Amino acid sequence: MSSYFESTARDRVLGLLDAATFTEFLPPSERITSPHLPQLNAPVSFDDGIVIGQGLLQQQLVFIAAQEGGFMGGSVGEVHGAKLVGLLKRAVREHAHAVLLMLESGGVRLHEANAGLIAVSEVMRAVLEVRAAGIPVVVLIGGSNGCFGGMGIVARCANAIVMSEEGRLAMSGPEVIETANGVEEFDSRDRALVWRTTGGKHRYLLSDCDIVVADDIGTFRQAAFDAIQTCYDHEIKLTLAALETEQRMLQQRIDRYGTLSEPMDIWDQLGVPDPANVPILETEAFIHMASQHRLGEK
Amino acid sequence: MDWQTLAAQLFPQGHDIVEQDCFLSGTAQVNGTSVTVIGTTGHVAAGIEIVLAQAQAVLQTVRSHPQRPIVILVDTQGQRLRHRDEMLGINSYMAHLGKCIDLARHHGHKIIGLVYDQALSGGFITSGLMADACYALPEATIRVMGLPAMARITKVPEATLAELAKTNPVFAPGPANYLCMGGIEAIWEGDLATQLAQAIAATEPIDRRSNLGLVRGGRKLAQCVIEAVLSDGHVRAA
Repeated sequence: MSSYFESTARDRVLGLLDAATFTEFLPPSERITSPHLPQLNAPVSFDDGIVIGQGLLQQQLVFIAAQEGGFMGGSVGEVHGAKLVGLLKRAVREHAHAVLLMLESGGVRLHEANAGLIAVSEVMRAVLEVRAAGIPVVVLIGGSNGCFGGMGIVARCANAIVMSEEGRLAMSGPEVIETANGVEEFDSRDRALVWRTTGGKHRYLLSDCDIVVADDIGTFRQAAFDAIQTCYDHEIKLTLAALETEQRMLQQRIDRYGTLSEPMDIWDQLGVPDPANVPILETEAFIHMASQHRLGEK
Repeated sequence: MDWQTLAAQLFPQGHDIVEQDCFLSGTAQVNGTSVTVIGTTGHVAAGIEIVLAQAQAVLQTVRSHPQRPIVILVDTQGQRLRHRDEMLGINSYMAHLGKCIDLARHHGHKIIGLVYDQALSGGFITSGLMADACYALPEATIRVMGLPAMARITKVPEATLAELAKTNPVFAPGPANYLCMGGIEAIWEGDLATQLAQAIAATEPIDRRSNLGLVRGGRKLAQCVIEAVLSDGHVRAA
């Protein structure tokens, strides 16, 4: 067992790929650092908080990126975002079998606000260009910073999402919502509520992620491989039919649950037995139960 | 500028745009051809309902009106900051709108964004910024967040940020800075109808923003980094 949650971005990449197959693009030795952080007397990182490169997964060529939550929360600045865009473009040019994005990010890096916002938008378009080229994009989420802001949107532009129970996927962080609208709107210190609202199990029940896995890099590796295989059974690029289905699914979600305020009430309406017990279920038992009740139309 | 005044200036040949709960939709005539118009008004927060309504209008256009250009009018205070929207997966709704716009692009629809009032972070990234090219009026406000909030989060004094913002477009709000960084194609002054018609005629379905940022000097590294990744080369600062 090797915890994904506890690992660095580089260790996650090495653990996910076949042994000794990873080649990093623009490695730290190139010292490509943020041009904006020094003006704010903020520290820089020689990889700007993201590892990108190529390697093999079960002998297939994959392009891979991993955000380092330990550097400014994995936030997206000008260089960080451009590394991701470059990787995605290169995956298309070199006909990758798949792209794996190990996302851990608070979203736009506020120290580079405007550049970060444009960069995230460029990443979105680049992800969709990869899909348009018939190459599946699989997102993995399981780091301590979760996947928030613009990167929460990028994640849902991918073909599939693999999450751990500890992983969190949303847009605005609980602290941001609490600051804007008060503690009664969202108590960011209520860890159980934060988890019920953004965690892997809730996202799986809503079908916002495709599989929940235990916090282990080997398990993520197998799930990523399986997810890629499943992608090839369907249309990889965006289609009108698939987006019309998603439109109906998202509308249904509002119609059925739009007046609720507690995730457990949604689980209850989905038919989940004993919703209060969901948080303590082991992954395997959870999947066994939840796969019968989660929102179907995907 | 209110949306009615804007629409009259953009579409002197006529339009049937209606507003419902701050959501704008309809069709308009540009150079004798029909375009779909979607958008928001009243600095509305981009909650899941209004995001989904925009997506519906885009899908309807793709299904029923092949090739018809789409114009997105942007005025939003950003994503709605509510627990309930997060619980229901607002990031999925935002991504859905972005994907619908990208689908339209790949189906041959030309897509133009126009920030006519406010554009903030989450509400902007999946609307105007997903267009082939996004334009702005000179009086528009574009930003991720205000300098006071930025100072609080980055722990950099607001006065320092304000001083830096004078010379570095990365910190300061406003269309001129986004223009400089390539996020905005051009700022429209004067005859809006002619500029819109020209924009629709000229637009291409490729993302040129990092290159524009380099040429205009607002983002000197992004394009160099992208090229270095593609060529296994080294980054030379511009």
